[in-house]
This record gives sequence, C-alpha cells and structure tokens, in this order.
Amino acid sequence: MRLSILLTGVGGHGILTAASILGKASLKAGYNVLVSEVHGMAQRGGIVNCNVRIGDVYSPLIPKGRADVIISTEPIEALRQIDKANEKTLIITDVNPVIPPTIYFSKTSYPEVEKVLEELRRTCKLCAIDAGELAKKAGNVLAKNVVLLGALSAFDVLPFDSRLLLETIAESLPYKDVNARAFKLGEEEVRKKYKGINMRKSQTGKGNEIVLR
Amino acid sequence: MEIIEAKPGDKLLLLGNEAIARGALEAGVDFVTTYPGTPSSEIADTFSAIAKYLRKKGKEVPFYFEYSVNEKVALEIAAAASFCKLRALTCMKHVGLNVASDALMTYAYVGCRGGHIIVSADDPYCHSSQNEQDNRYYAIFANIPMLEPSNAQEAKEMAKEGMEISEEIGLPLLLRTTTRISHTRGVVEVGEVGKPRKKGHFEKDPMMVTVPITARARHPVLIEKMEKAEKLSEKSRFNEIIENGGGFGIVASGVSVAHSLEAINMLGIEADILKIGFTNPLPKKLCEKFLGEHDKVLVVEELEPLLEHRLKQIAFDAGLKVEIYGKDSKHFTRLYEYTPDKVADAISKLLNLDFSPSENKPSIDLPQRPPVMCPGCPHRASYYAVKQVAPKDVIYPTDIGCYTLGKYPPLEIADVLLCMGSSAGTSCGFSKATDQKIISFMGDSTFFHAGLPAVIDAVHHNHDCVITILDNRTTAMTGHQPHPGVAEGGMGEEVKAISVEEVVKGLGVKDVHVVDPRDLEKTKEAFRKALNYKGPSVVVCKAPCVLLDLRDKRRKGEKIKKYQVNQNKCRKCKVCVLKFGCPAIFFDGEKVRINEEICTGCGVCAQVCPFNAIEVKE
Repeated sequence: MRLSILLTGVGGHGILTAASILGKASLKAGYNVLVSEVHGMAQRGGIVNCNVRIGDVYSPLIPKGRADVIISTEPIEALRQIDKANEKTLIITDVNPVIPPTIYFSKTSYPEVEKVLEELRRTCKLCAIDAGELAKKAGNVLAKNVVLLGALSAFDVLPFDSRLLLETIAESLPYKDVNARAFKLGEEEVRKKYKGINMRKSQTGKGNEIVLR
Repeated sequence: MEIIEAKPGDKLLLLGNEAIARGALEAGVDFVTTYPGTPSSEIADTFSAIAKYLRKKGKEVPFYFEYSVNEKVALEIAAAASFCKLRALTCMKHVGLNVASDALMTYAYVGCRGGHIIVSADDPYCHSSQNEQDNRYYAIFANIPMLEPSNAQEAKEMAKEGMEISEEIGLPLLLRTTTRISHTRGVVEVGEVGKPRKKGHFEKDPMMVTVPITARARHPVLIEKMEKAEKLSEKSRFNEIIENGGGFGIVASGVSVAHSLEAINMLGIEADILKIGFTNPLPKKLCEKFLGEHDKVLVVEELEPLLEHRLKQIAFDAGLKVEIYGKDSKHFTRLYEYTPDKVADAISKLLNLDFSPSENKPSIDLPQRPPVMCPGCPHRASYYAVKQVAPKDVIYPTDIGCYTLGKYPPLEIADVLLCMGSSAGTSCGFSKATDQKIISFMGDSTFFHAGLPAVIDAVHHNHDCVITILDNRTTAMTGHQPHPGVAEGGMGEEVKAISVEEVVKGLGVKDVHVVDPRDLEKTKEAFRKALNYKGPSVVVCKAPCVLLDLRDKRRKGEKIKKYQVNQNKCRKCKVCVLKFGCPAIFFDGEKVRINEEICTGCGVCAQVCPFNAIEVKE
C-alpha cells in the first residue's frame, strides 16, 4: 500500500494542521507515514505545500505525476501543483480565490476561476467545493481545512476508517463542535454533489481508483 | 506533552527536529543552547516548551536551556558545560555556524569532556536562507566527527549515540541535517529518557589555554582523536550496505538515501546502496569494499561533491578500477535540493533506461504568490514613513528577518543584504564610499545578535548614516522566540530585559529617536531629524509583532477594531493599495475595500489615506 497526498494552499489556511492530522491518523491505523512540511513563511501569505506519504514509501517528496490526491485550499494553487498529478489523481479544492496582494504589481492577472477548474477537470478527477462557505456554516471560516478533510473522507481513498480521522481532529484541535460540523459538511457536500457520477475516468490504471465510499 | 512523557517502545510522529530533541533527552542532556534559525528552530523550541510545561506543573526541569544572544555565544556557553563534564546540545541553522565557527575551530583543539552535539540545519534550495552553503565542510575544516540522519528515527538515534561518540573521542560532534530531514515528520520509536548529571565541576588543565605552545601541542592530539573516530566510523551501525544485487552501486547520505531508494523503486531496477550516516571521518575500509565490488557507482549527495571526491581519493589510493559518477560527470547539479525525480533521471541517464515522468504543466499563466508582511505589521508602517521623507538615491541596507520582505513592491526598500547585522556594517561603508544618504534596517533580535559592533564602529568613526532598529519585541520570522530585549527567558523564567535605546545611547550614539511606527507623522518627523543629523543616528521603531499583539488581545478578550472604506469619501487615488500595500486592502472592481477577516485594526491605512476615507467600522 502506498498513498501520496499533496496538501497545498495559502499560508494561514491550516495546511500544516491538516497534514499533521492525516499523519497522526495514519500512524494510529498502524501505517508508516512521512509528512514533509515547509516552515517559516506559513503565516506570511505565501504558498504552503505539504507532502503526506503513507505506507511503502521512502522519500518525503512526492515524485512528479505520482500524487494520488491533491487537496488545495485555493483553486490556482491546485493548478500550480499539476505536475504532481496524473489522469487518475483526485483533486479536492476550495473554489474561493485568494488574490495575491502583490497582484497589482504583477504582469500576470488572476485567471477566471472557472477556467482554472476546467483545466483541472481536463487533467485529473476534480472535486471542487465551496469549502469557505461550508466552514462559515460550521461556525468558523478557519475550519475550511477540516471541511476539505471531510470531503476527502467521502471518497474511498484512505486505507483507514474516516472515523479515525474525525477522532484525530477532535484530539488535536480546539473548537470540537465547529470542526466536527465542518468535517460532516464537507463529507455530505461530496456525497450530494458526486452521487451517481463515475469518477473512474481511466480504465487502464490499477489500484487507487477514486470511488465514493 | 508526549515528547517528554512517551515511554520506551512508544511510536510517535515526530519532526526530524523534535526527534533530535528526544534523542538528546534520551542521552541525558544537561545543557541546551541555541540561536533560532529556520530550519533548526523546532529543536530548541521543543526544549523551551518542555521547560515551561514542567515548571507549570511544579516539576523540576532536568536541563538548562537558553536562547542565547547569537550562535557563537550559544556554542561557548555549552562548551563550558561540556568542560564541566555535562552533556550539551547547541542548535543553529547553517549560516549560524559561520558565526560560531571562530569558537568551533579552537574548540576542536581544546576538546570536550561531556558529550557535545552541535546541530547544523542546512537549507539546500534556500527555502528560508540567504545562501545554500554546505556545512559538511565545517566538520572537515574543524576536524570533528559528523553524523547525517536520513530520516526522523535516525535523527533521534544519532542525537543519542552521537553524545556517546563525542564523549568517547573528546570532540564536539556535528549533527548535520537538511530541511527535508528537519521538517519531515516520520514515525519514531522512542527509548528511555536518560538521567542528566545536572551540576558539573571544572577541573583545571593548563592544556586548555591555547597559547601558541599549547596550540601546537593540541593539534597532534586532535589528529589522534580523529584517527580513533575513524575506527568508530568503520564499525558504526549508521554506515551500511543495503544489498539488492547487481554491478551498479549508489553511495548516498542524508535525505539522498530516501530519494535513491524511491528512485530505484520507481525505475524497478536493482542497485546496492552504500548508505553513509557517519560521514566524517569516512569509513574508508567499508567504502573501499563497496567500490571494489561494483563496476559503476553513482554518488548521490546534495550541494557540493564532497563524498564524491573523497570516494575518488579512496579508489585512487586502493588502485580500484571502478567508475565513479556524480557531479563531475554532470549527472547531478551542485544546486538546490534533490528529489526522487532528479535521482531517477540521473540513474536512467547513466544506465540508459527510459524514464519519463509526468509533464503536466498549467496552460494558464498563474500569478506568483510571494510571502508578504502581515496585515498590521508595524514594519510596513516604518517603511511607508521612511519612503515619505527619504531623499532620492538613498541607500537602504537591510538585514535578516521578516522585514527583508520590504524588498518587494510596493515598498521596495531593501538594497543589499549579506548576513545578520550586515545592514549596520555596510551602512558605515556606504557613508564613506559615497555622498548618498543611508537608512538601514535591522530587527531587535538581529541588533543584539550582530548589530552592536557595527553601531560602535559608526560612533567611533562618526559614520553619517541612519540606523533603524525595527523593535517588534520578538524574533518573529523563526517563530517568536524571546531575545535579550524581553523579560521572559526560554524556560519561561524572569530575565533582565535590555533596552535597545539605552544600549545605543550607552554606545555613544547622540541622535536617538524612539517612535511607535503606527504613528506615521511622529515617525516621519524622527526620520527627518535623523537625516539632517551629521553622524550616526538611530531610530528605534518600537511596536509589537502584530501576530503577538493579536494573540495578547484575544487572550485579554479585547475587541479587535476593523476598518472600512467610506465609499462616499474615497476618491480612488489608490495610494492605500499601490503605495502602502497592506494585504487586507483590495480592489473590488473600481472600489477599494478592506477585507474584514484579515484586518487587524492597526489604523495605519487611515493615516495613509489623503481623503480621510478609511474609518473605524462601528
């Protein structure tokens, strides 16, 4: 068993926290796990990437085209990591753009979100949700990392029960009720949105095919 | 607090840095010193957290810990503990060892008594550093043993066993990590926490005073010690041959071992790996054996071709016919960090294999997302004020800290950076070399670390420059560690806080201004005066790091003010966005708005607005 999950997004979105929860839950389930982090710039609005690798893996870094899942708290940040994806990769992303504050001094403008999602859809298997809105509904916009973990748990990807993930969230984070709601809202959103849709695009690949639980 | 409370056999998910802390605890470390620096900071922060936790519980802290003023002092403090037969750990980032190197070079001559591990956390790719120097050369330069872990478990083991090795040989030991070891969490099975010795006793020995005659006598002793170290390396469990079969071999150390294993797995080939963890002195006999058993060997190491050249030496001396590939053969670069793809690519080129990883690329041009100063950061206010009053062609020497981000638009207020404290040193030089005005910037922690001597030089030679000290009451960039300017130490104890302005006055600076940069008018006035003063001026811009300020306000239950743009008053001059550049202010079509979710209520934008259109939201 080997599973590679890339978590990405903007500093301050709780990416390191989400990665660490995935890591702790994997350890509890008895798997080997590596979580590679980036520190220092996390609270300063830059890009944050975290590689979570579970099972029979050696390197802390996911090789090109070998991420099974990419979870992103921001749409263009998901696209920025597309070299890590293949046609079977499941991409779970929040649809809310975070415009870089430096955009006014940049030659490149922020692209239309729909175009970004379309490209992700063309390249991989895309699950795009409004995690920001769901987090607000759960009680705190900061809980969108947990919404995305809930969304992940709706797919048959992790080698352990999603309850273990929820349990780890409860142990690791304050605001238990908010986070439990956020997790559930993420999970339900995916079930609602992707019910009956066959995410099994590729017929050639083996293993790690994405289906709803 | 599992890092201290975990029982032998427990499996924890630990950062490489936390694993090093646990390993040192298992070795019974008595003394821990540091100056914070990414990617090393969490080692010391772990000790700080343990100390505070135990003190809060009314328990005795089994070690002494401090955030020292700089790496050199940190090393000297811990060396003294080692001289008293205590066990010591000193942690720093790679460039920190440059600062400590003066002490290190002669420390090797004098030797240690209690085990002493010096951690150098290197940063290939400069994730958060000003260079990517390869600190393995320090082990060779100083003639001290070196261990390099390839994962978190090994990081723990090496911190523990390294202490024994150091004590046995009588030399400080360099434990060298890189970012991907320091900042990767892995599963670590822990052992028992060791018993510290607590108090030592210094027994005098005239051979510890390195006057020339003693130094000459100590040098051969050092060489003898390293001969003993080579024997330990030869039988160390950290050096091993991972056999898979085949005439092709790989030699690797550190994270490159992990990338190599991943690469041969991806390529589906068989290759033996000589994994070297005890990298100085090299286990010559083991290397010779491995080189003798293979026709082709690829050396996988980030940065400089250090192992590669030493292996070539060994092969030459032994008259071996083996072909050794790596950087000289252009299979690898000396730049940046490696990845499994880079290693797989090198292997496939060498063995003529087909390797074509995914070439997925975004077809849309994506805007960059560089890190920026936080909303409400007092540095932005300081910079904005300076830009309002500074004449054209002024030189802005900058320094190491969050404030280096002033380099980017719209402020663009950083012209040159070398190292900690260099803003003040280069200011002195620019003042004599040009007729340009000079306004330099350094943080409070940086001032204490390495800024002081240059300020003395400025006073002594009357260099005409404005030295700004951005005093945000913390070492912010590395995770808010304390420094000599604050009254709480690393163990949560009360310590003497040293005032930046009193120090500079004491050094003889006559023109000293202390301002809260969030008051733009007063700040501008201070800089105007300082620019008009002939000779060195110091402006201390004092306001707490906004992240700490918000944390304190939330703890006290204080309401955080929010600002908004009064659209009736806004004339769309765009100064707030295009000149001030707070990330909370943005264009919504033609309108300027403030993102309430991230506004910290500092109110500086309201002072920036020429039309008083930015108001407190009631």
